[in-house]
Amino acid sequence: MKIRRCLNRWVLFAATVLILAAWLDNAYYYTLLNFIGIHTLLVVGLNLLMGYGGQISLGHAAFFGLGAYTSGILTATWGVNPWLALLAGLILAGVAAFLIGIPALKLRGYYLAMATLGFGIIVYIILNQAHALTGGPSGLSGIPSLSLAGLPLNTPRRLYLLIWMTVGGILGLSANLVDSRTGRAIRALHDSEEAAESLGVDTARMKLKVFIWSALYASLAGSFYAHTLNFIAPSSFDFMFSIKLVTMVVLGGMASIWGSLLGAAVLTVLPELLTVFHDFEVVIFGAILMVVMIFLPRGLVRGIMDLWEFRRFKREGGSFV
Amino acid sequence: MEIFAPLLQYLISGLTSGAIYALIALGFGIIYNTTTIINFAQGEMVMLGALSAISIYHLVPSLPVAFVGGVAAVALVGLVLERLALRPVRDPSPLTLIIITVGAAVLIKGVAMLLWGKEAYPLPPFSGNVPFHLGEATILPQNLWVLGLTVVLVAALEAFFRLTLVGKAMRACSYNPRAARLVGIAAGRMVQLSFGVSAALGAGAGILIAPLTLGVYDMGTMLGLKGFSAAIIGGLGSLLGGVLGGLILGVAEALASGLISSGYRDAVAFLLLLIVLFVRPQGVVGGRK
Repeated sequence: MKIRRCLNRWVLFAATVLILAAWLDNAYYYTLLNFIGIHTLLVVGLNLLMGYGGQISLGHAAFFGLGAYTSGILTATWGVNPWLALLAGLILAGVAAFLIGIPALKLRGYYLAMATLGFGIIVYIILNQAHALTGGPSGLSGIPSLSLAGLPLNTPRRLYLLIWMTVGGILGLSANLVDSRTGRAIRALHDSEEAAESLGVDTARMKLKVFIWSALYASLAGSFYAHTLNFIAPSSFDFMFSIKLVTMVVLGGMASIWGSLLGAAVLTVLPELLTVFHDFEVVIFGAILMVVMIFLPRGLVRGIMDLWEFRRFKREGGSFV
Repeated sequence: MEIFAPLLQYLISGLTSGAIYALIALGFGIIYNTTTIINFAQGEMVMLGALSAISIYHLVPSLPVAFVGGVAAVALVGLVLERLALRPVRDPSPLTLIIITVGAAVLIKGVAMLLWGKEAYPLPPFSGNVPFHLGEATILPQNLWVLGLTVVLVAALEAFFRLTLVGKAMRACSYNPRAARLVGIAAGRMVQLSFGVSAALGAGAGILIAPLTLGVYDMGTMLGLKGFSAAIIGGLGSLLGGVLGGLILGVAEALASGLISSGYRDAVAFLLLLIVLFVRPQGVVGGRK
């Protein structure tokens, strides 16, 4: 029963992606979908860390930036093959996450939040200041497009298929990770570190693993982002962007792989639909974070479902006593 | 000999900004002590203090009135924040609380942008703008005001915690909330009070620095994060640690921007933060915690 429902979701996902690919013929929609895809990669990774690892990264934009700038600099300045550059970005982000994660995750509590916060701001400052390497605040242009088997992915539509096939793969990988032995260990960790440890889970190692995974997803998203826009500037990788990612996770619901897709989609599309959104963007993000966490800590969708079930429960005369 | 002249200047500007960081750091520490929450909205209290004092000064052109009014208004914001955003939380895990205070910071900043706009506002210095010279270094009267009032505020805070009944009750709560409740201390009220005191300290810092840097809606984020770094560097929750952390950070920043590169000035705080987290996570003076 459960397997069938899961399978249905995947079929639905693949069908939607393919139908959109055949049916849409407007470059703008593809661009928007590509951004949703890129944000989904970021949010799934962060959601693994927050929802399953019980830890938070307040500097996730930095890993996104490391991927984007490694791809950008290596391809635009040095003429390296984009796929090799993407790999280099992954290695760099992975090593960075490893180095930050080891000391920060040995300690309980807020340390990863603090360390990633500091790391995020340092990376942002370096992107702005290292003019010779990054082009400084005015950004880095002339990044070539990706190409696959001789086919240049230089239109939004061609990129769309690559990005969404990757999103599908990453969602599958993450769902698998969550349902695996490792995943159960990670979930145990969120509920109670002490209990998980007493059952033989090496909590620090698990947390480090999830953190590195989330950094790798972010770096991959960054490389795609650089090749999609062909131009990158530090302002896309600031503290506020890290907060936006957290908001997407919170809106979609922590510990929900599919919720990540929803959170990313809603907060990518909304600013496009409502031009007024721009002026109120900061207020809206802040309000979402607070209201959801105070009243619906399981995320918007799960929270509304919970409330609905609770009302039905009450209507049917149920009581907790 | 000429190498010392700018050094003195760096020291003075470093101590000035260090005093501000120290006040913000103490705000983080007070809330952490009573609740183990890190209130990421602390920096926005600094901004609110500066901007509301500036607004009050436009209505009533008296600096003492603006100072007291600004501090009082922001203290109220701190109390309201605790009541509306933190007390109703059903699942008070560290993750939830971090997200809520980050959300509060973002929300307050956004509302301030809508209220005050994006321009920067001046506040007149507390006693004129005529600099005087100490050797080769130039000192503004406002530098002295910042340092002097910081000393007064820290002393008042220490006295409050050591000598008054309420202060002692707050300390009892930070040592052991359950035991504090058992001897009849209203722990919930102490938590709320700690938000009020922290907000007031932050506002004071904002009003002190406004004549030097102007007041603008987005000034709080960086100041808050640096104050937070100062708190960690010194040892979170310790009064001495907060002051020391702030001063170390301020001087390190001034020296780095003067001697190395001003572009990387803002990175110093976070580099020190990372180093301290990795080498000595309890901070320079921290012990058990």
